[in-house]
Amino acid sequence: MKTRKLTMAQAIAEAIGQEIERDDNVFVLGEDVGKYGGIFGATGGLLAKHGKDRIMDTPISETAFIGTAIGAAAEGMRPIAELMFVDFFGVCMDMIYNHMAKNTYMAGGNIQLPMVLMSAIGGGYNDAAQHSQCLYATFAHMPGMKVVVPSNAYDAKGLMTQAIRDNNPVVFLFHKGIMGLPWMSYFEGSTNEVPEESYAIPFGQAKCVREGSDVTIVTLSQMVQKSILAAEKLAAEGIAAEIIDLRTIVPLDRESVLKSVRKTGRLLVVDEDYLSFGLSGEIAALVGEHLDTVQLKAPIRRLAVPDVPIPFSRPLEQFVIPQVDTIAAAARQIVGARQIEGALA
Amino acid sequence: MNASTERKLWMYEKMIEIREYEETMVRVYMEGKLPPHIQKGLAFDIGSGPVPGEMHLAAGQEPVAVGVCAHLTDNDTVVGAHRSHHFAIAKGVPLKPMTAEMFGKETGLGKGKGGHMHLFDAAHKFSCSGIVGASMPPACGAALAAKKRGKDWVAVAFFGEGATNQGAFHESLNLAALWQLPVLFVCEDNKYAISVEKTESTSVEWNADRASAYGMPGVLVKENDAVAVYEAAGEAIARARRGGGPTLLEVKTDRYLGHFQGDPEVYRTKGETTTLRANDPIPRIAEQLRAAGELTDAVEQQIRQRVSARVAEAYEYGRASPYPKPEDALLHVFN
Repeated sequence: MKTRKLTMAQAIAEAIGQEIERDDNVFVLGEDVGKYGGIFGATGGLLAKHGKDRIMDTPISETAFIGTAIGAAAEGMRPIAELMFVDFFGVCMDMIYNHMAKNTYMAGGNIQLPMVLMSAIGGGYNDAAQHSQCLYATFAHMPGMKVVVPSNAYDAKGLMTQAIRDNNPVVFLFHKGIMGLPWMSYFEGSTNEVPEESYAIPFGQAKCVREGSDVTIVTLSQMVQKSILAAEKLAAEGIAAEIIDLRTIVPLDRESVLKSVRKTGRLLVVDEDYLSFGLSGEIAALVGEHLDTVQLKAPIRRLAVPDVPIPFSRPLEQFVIPQVDTIAAAARQIVGARQIEGALA
Repeated sequence: MNASTERKLWMYEKMIEIREYEETMVRVYMEGKLPPHIQKGLAFDIGSGPVPGEMHLAAGQEPVAVGVCAHLTDNDTVVGAHRSHHFAIAKGVPLKPMTAEMFGKETGLGKGKGGHMHLFDAAHKFSCSGIVGASMPPACGAALAAKKRGKDWVAVAFFGEGATNQGAFHESLNLAALWQLPVLFVCEDNKYAISVEKTESTSVEWNADRASAYGMPGVLVKENDAVAVYEAAGEAIARARRGGGPTLLEVKTDRYLGHFQGDPEVYRTKGETTTLRANDPIPRIAEQLRAAGELTDAVEQQIRQRVSARVAEAYEYGRASPYPKPEDALLHVFN
């Protein structure tokens, strides 16, 4: 299998291009997906190769074009609609959660909506509260949408291929900070070896990206890259962190999380979404509901955005979004914590 | 496009079917919703009886549904609104599973998951939505699919005049005109967005005029008349089929019943619905057909018998069908 290094943006575009060639029903629509190749590069080079019938620039009208994707999907096509920033879902949420997510259910399974809604998530580059959210837990909270959040180019290609082939609505969220954009600093680890040929990664399979025995870090997206850097620091101090990259949160690979926490006895959830009522709470609850088979050596710890909108100013933004140092500090604290009085021996 | 006798008789029969279907629904819906079945002090219990939930009926609006759908085939797509029985029946959605859905039964179109506002029939390419203005974007998508596949299929989005003030209306018209999609936007103007009159909510007298803002033809049909709708829709649909793009068709129509069953209708003037019913389009088309020698007593009787049998059978089926197993609520989130 021939591989070469690709950025996550290139890998996503390659997956889309290969599916366009494979299936006449696949097409992309969205704002600036054509000549521009997507503001974050997810459709880079596709217009030149596949033409305007397959790569369709739309007016700035998310309700109309996401609804158009729904209607086309109901007819058996496989549209990929790009919502430029996930933060913009507010202008078209009706189409997403009342129609895209619910129609299959309300039809008793008699219709399929094989569509992908892809969008950019994440902050860290001072774009403030309307352009920096993650929000994956919002979509995951509402039934009817599969939610995919890759952390690197290899996964992004395989998961996008799977998303396009899935017969259900898939929300595919890529973090701007790991796309490999020439105008934004990023993490080298997200740009990795990607096979030229097409491949699909099944949903609901988390990946253990680093093995360790002292603490489990459950995370996803850009936080995987930050957690890897934190784990390297911890390793130098003699703490072995295990990192679980969830990759998809609907479906969620609960067993991989439990398996790792059973091994390490300690859990840190690192999440760039908001703290309350979100992914970190879900993972904590999962472990809490399995305390009959999981023996914790320390309280569960969650690191996430502390329930404030993402601020603009650099020190403020860096304070609210988990960083390599804060991840390392949280892990260090858990490993150093005294076992809870009276806890399971 | 002149209607043939055969098409006119089809429209007449479908209008009778829609009316009889909904008049039966008025009775069935009220079962168990009034005292002594319900708690003292309540006037009405919306969740009780064999057909629970909201119920929006279309008596008086039949000409819009039949006049447009008379031009459609199974390949064409219809997306309706929350008041959609007339569109569904005119599009050919079978009455039995449609009725079973309203009863919340296993045999329903959506196995009891959707109910009256959310009817999905993939085989007849019919769907609808409980959200005002939501019919238009998916209709654009069906039209886009047809265009991409090189088919002469069209999509129709039905909506009320209240929906024209939604962003979805303006976004969809722009997109459809820009991409020259084979879609017909059909606005049923029954004057009321629930209780608010069009004059209180819409800046122009006729929505058809708004089409010019998007560079598409806007057609206004002021008579609540199936043949007039048929002719206007026929031109628009033919244009769409030959690649001529979308049309906005507005039809002035009348809603005889409340916005929903149980609506106290405090916004209506006294006797308004009686006055409206004096201009009922069903007897009117019958008179026209009789005057032209296209409808005889014998044919009329056959139509009535056929319709009554179909409607009665559908209600019996809906009532007699089993409920889904409670745990079936967990199925069909994904396909």
